[in-house]
Amino acid sequence: MTTPALRATPPRGGGETTPVLLEVSDLVKHFAVGGGFLGRAEGLVRAIDGVSFAIHRGETLGLVGESGCGKTTTGRCILQLERPTSGRIAFEGAELTALSQDELRGVRRRMQVIFQDPYSSLNPRMTVGQILEEPIKVHSIVPDQAARAARIRELLTQVGLHSQHADRYPHQLSGGQRQRVGIARALAMEPSLIVCDEPVSALDVSIQAQIINLLEELQTRLGLTYLFIAHDLSVVRHISDRVAVMYLGKIVELADRQALYEDPLHPYTRALLSAVPIPDPQLEARRERVVLRGEVPSALNPPSGCVFHPRCPIAIDRCSAEIPPLREIKPGHWAACHLA
Amino acid sequence: MAALLEVRNLKTTFQTAGGLVRAVNGVSWDIQEGETVALVGESGCGKSVSALSVMQLVAPPAGRIEGGEILFKGRDLLKLTDEEMRHVRGREIAMIFQEPMTSLNPVLTIGRQLTEGLEIHLNMTPEQSRARAIELLAMVGIPDPERRLAQYPHHFSGGMRQRMMIAMALACNPSLILADEPTTALDVTIQAQILELMRDLSRRLGVAMLIITHNLGVVARYADRVNVMYAGRIIERATAAALYANPRHPYTLGLLRSVPRLDEPRRARLAPIEGQPPDLTRLPRGCAFAPRCAYRVERCDEPPPLEPVGAADHLAACWEAARLMKEVAA
Repeated sequence: MTTPALRATPPRGGGETTPVLLEVSDLVKHFAVGGGFLGRAEGLVRAIDGVSFAIHRGETLGLVGESGCGKTTTGRCILQLERPTSGRIAFEGAELTALSQDELRGVRRRMQVIFQDPYSSLNPRMTVGQILEEPIKVHSIVPDQAARAARIRELLTQVGLHSQHADRYPHQLSGGQRQRVGIARALAMEPSLIVCDEPVSALDVSIQAQIINLLEELQTRLGLTYLFIAHDLSVVRHISDRVAVMYLGKIVELADRQALYEDPLHPYTRALLSAVPIPDPQLEARRERVVLRGEVPSALNPPSGCVFHPRCPIAIDRCSAEIPPLREIKPGHWAACHLA
Repeated sequence: MAALLEVRNLKTTFQTAGGLVRAVNGVSWDIQEGETVALVGESGCGKSVSALSVMQLVAPPAGRIEGGEILFKGRDLLKLTDEEMRHVRGREIAMIFQEPMTSLNPVLTIGRQLTEGLEIHLNMTPEQSRARAIELLAMVGIPDPERRLAQYPHHFSGGMRQRMMIAMALACNPSLILADEPTTALDVTIQAQILELMRDLSRRLGVAMLIITHNLGVVARYADRVNVMYAGRIIERATAAALYANPRHPYTLGLLRSVPRLDEPRRARLAPIEGQPPDLTRLPRGCAFAPRCAYRVERCDEPPPLEPVGAADHLAACWEAARLMKEVAA
């Protein structure tokens, strides 16, 4: 079964959307859980179980879900840090799953990643300048040494740091500054796609907004495309054009930002939205809250039918028997629910 | 009515290679019987160290409570002997930590971790403590409690572990629970479950609670009063309703404005607080927020006192609080 890749609907009035940069089709990633006697696999973790979506050039697609839903693994498969079990990933026209390690090297330049934890994703023994210089040198992006130094200064300015920061070590920087270095390192490769994996969740609230603004400015200026992976629904609404909600290895809903937040069709999306605390006591006191029963089941042994049915407040008999496909319920608004 | 807990001018420092860190730099706050109070602030503001100081769990020799009083039911905890303090910890004041996995003992069964405190603090027999442990697990919503007693923490999910931590905290019927980021490590749907549980239990059992968090949203629904901390000091204190509707310190205002909110139309740009939090070894003499503050005036070189602004129970440590109040209202 191939979905037509869940592309964005063209805006009304006959306008066209930008071309597709990345297209993921029926992506599956299973991990064998070993460690049994003689190292035999004891089970299969279905981290991603048939995920399809497309990202258009210049767009930000938000990918939200709770821990263990497969959002990070999806990002890692796209970056080819994990080889998917099956499925296809087309990026700038190339089918990544068919490429050899050597061929991948060139493609990797065009897709970069910003990690959650700016503390562990920078080498503590390298200065900021060395961290930024290494990829430029290895990929011979700027072969001339003097030009490289100029490029590093330019990158630092672009992310709101000073050229003096090139001589500092990561431990001499604050969390926010380190995340800026992580962003500069991604930009150094002149990518078209950046996978942002929880880029602000380790930062203090007052710093988060600085980094989000920076990511948006860079997108406008450099025409970047983002896959923005996060669990914070308020942040995702702010930054994304379209949003996909994942639960237990599957996309349960995908829509334009406004449609998803104002008219959520999947009961899981509704529960997630109602669980987000809002800093206003009067509003909170009036607010109805869908408190979900139980916890996310294990991906080792996912429930039958709809994976959400054991926690779903509106589940019917059919939900435990039949897997709901991701259907286009309204133009551009997809949901995997029998009752949507 | 006397406060259940009253902290007066508490000062806690840590000696580090980089110099003396003034983690808690002269703070005063209180909690009434049965009340839920919040300490809110970003990392390094001194909110956790405040709670650890109450429990006297600040690790010497680096950490030291340099001064102040911690009056619990009228007694100054800082004057108690180690032996006396042991009777307070767990028995009268309990603590819930952020990371339930690292705060539970991985090699002891759930049952043993619950019964140990009961036997030590309340002199229960093994039969009595086992019965109480089953009751506690049921109270925090852990299904099949009898079977669960024989299991180990690694058998529990994150949410279940935090329920277990709450059960441990409630075990000896304390009158106060200090909860340090109790839901930060949990997923948003589980967070909601745990916070609702904590509120129900504190109301039903009349336990007072201190919730320490960086998330202003969490506090809105669950706290009666809120203290906002910055760089080791309390910079604003008010009822939750007043704090959100009418913040009177530029830092609180900045925090509220910098987070995107689901209940508001999406803004084109967020309004961050510029700059970085200060180095706690080199705090300025005046207001520590002044370098990042849009309302800064010359007088900010002098430390501003925490004073009522506009209402007797709404305090702010800012020379320009009255101006800010007018501007926000306008």
